[in-house]
Amino acid sequence: MPDSIPSNSVGIVKPQRIHFDEALTLRSGKVIEAYDLMIECYGELNAEKSNAILVCHALSGDHHAAGYHSEKDEKPGWWETCIGPGKAIDSNKFFIVSLNNLGGCAGSTGPGSINPATGKAYGPDFPIVTVRDWVNSQARLADHLGISQWAAVIGGSLGGMQVIRWAISYPERLRHAIVIAAAPKLSAQNIAFNEVARQSITSDPDFHQGHYYEHNTYPKKGLTLARMIGHITYLSDSSMRDKFGKDSLTGGNFGRDLRTGKLNFGFDVDFQVESYLQYKGESFSSNFDANSYLLITKTLDYFDPAVDYDGDLSKAFLKGDCKFLVVSFSSDWRFPPERSREIVDTLLKARRQVSYLEIESDGGHDAFLLPVPRYIEGLSSYLSVVANESSSAG
Amino acid sequence: MRADLTIIKNWIDHNSRVLDLGCGDGTFLALLKQEKQIFDCGLDLDPENINKCLLAGVNVIEQDLDKGLANFANNSFDTVLLTQTLQAVQNPDELVDEMLRIGKKCIITFPNFAYWRYRLYLALKGRMPVSKSIPYEWYNTPNIHFCTIKDFDNLCAAKKIRVLNRTVVDASYQTSGLMKLNPNFFGINAIYHIAR
Repeated sequence: MPDSIPSNSVGIVKPQRIHFDEALTLRSGKVIEAYDLMIECYGELNAEKSNAILVCHALSGDHHAAGYHSEKDEKPGWWETCIGPGKAIDSNKFFIVSLNNLGGCAGSTGPGSINPATGKAYGPDFPIVTVRDWVNSQARLADHLGISQWAAVIGGSLGGMQVIRWAISYPERLRHAIVIAAAPKLSAQNIAFNEVARQSITSDPDFHQGHYYEHNTYPKKGLTLARMIGHITYLSDSSMRDKFGKDSLTGGNFGRDLRTGKLNFGFDVDFQVESYLQYKGESFSSNFDANSYLLITKTLDYFDPAVDYDGDLSKAFLKGDCKFLVVSFSSDWRFPPERSREIVDTLLKARRQVSYLEIESDGGHDAFLLPVPRYIEGLSSYLSVVANESSSAG
Repeated sequence: MRADLTIIKNWIDHNSRVLDLGCGDGTFLALLKQEKQIFDCGLDLDPENINKCLLAGVNVIEQDLDKGLANFANNSFDTVLLTQTLQAVQNPDELVDEMLRIGKKCIITFPNFAYWRYRLYLALKGRMPVSKSIPYEWYNTPNIHFCTIKDFDNLCAAKKIRVLNRTVVDASYQTSGLMKLNPNFFGINAIYHIAR
């Protein structure tokens, strides 16, 4: 718990549950008859409703992007580094909306929700939702909030893919698209890591074909493993050397610090990196739903907006005139800078306005959540122009 | 604003598409946006410059000119600019080819290494010229491909590049009778407007 809530935080925030009655037809053809979305809002919507920003979350994120739920909260929202008064996404200037996507497990309708048809939790019967379906549901959220056009839609990683989808599906409903540490689609390597994660979950005896709720259990071991492998892909070799090589007397021991100071000559934990990953994996597994994890890794794998355009993504960007900011990080090997440059080149081909930053950072894929000074400054500079436009737009 | 930019500005059409290679802090593109409503795209590598572009609302792409411009389509811009940067790139001839592929017209400015004071400096001191316009020592200069106006004319002739306009100016971007008489001897900066 922070001693006191910092003055550059949005402070205590209250999530809201919004119910939608209109059925949502998914890309798969399946239909969700009615659903709830959990959201949080920071800042004030201006009279012209021209200063709204939508923040889209990544795999494990949710609607709680900034601030604290209570004085006792240990940690703020997942993007506290960027959202708040005076921060890059400035809650003094913008009305910021963050939501938990469909299929998630933080209160929005998902596999853990009760299926009205059966009276039991959906579990594995919850339909696979795609990025396009999410964005359709987000557009309905915008309608509900009376926002006809976002000043900007912003997201990192899978969040950035939602931003790309917004620019394609609703080109007239956003003025700026900010795509951070993303890719135009997953590579075989990306999908491979997701498949290992899924196999870890489904092969856990406590998985019960996804119906583990009825057995009052959950695939703890499997979800822990899934998160461990995911976590490795979010870090970089260099950040792991730094993180786990602090106590090295020789300095730079490749992050091989031992947990107890000696080797155990057994198969238990020897190195700090092992206990760290297990700890992170286990704490994640007790806070996240395994079915949601399975579903969202599929959402990632299926993302490929070029499929409707003969594989030529630039054709997808021919409509609309929102401006783009694309950001990548040098040590990100999950979605490395080349993948962001693909997005930039596609936009150039479609003659769209785009800015691109390639940020030097050791933080790996997770750098988009870290206070990397040049990144924060760039985002802040870009959004200062957006704020000026938004205040003069009305 | 740098005086060479005042000259160049007149060669750029309203509502045209302008690509500025080495756009610096974006001042020139911002001006062209304001005065000529151009579609702007700048390339730079310096983080401070890039941030200034973002602050000015100028589209800027972090990209190294030495790694090529293959990501830009043929004839996708009306004008491609390269101001005071030609001498600092790895392959100036290839870059000029690329500029003419991407742009319908190109504008290139560079310091003329055959300026009489540089000739005199080298002749009398026997050392690489250092001046206000080119303040670097040989070992730390970013300028790795100095050329003269005659050299650039020869390159244009060899590549069958049309020179639409050539303006030769002094350090304060003024021209004079002497410069018109013998540009390669009296000119400090050269400004070329070229096309295929």
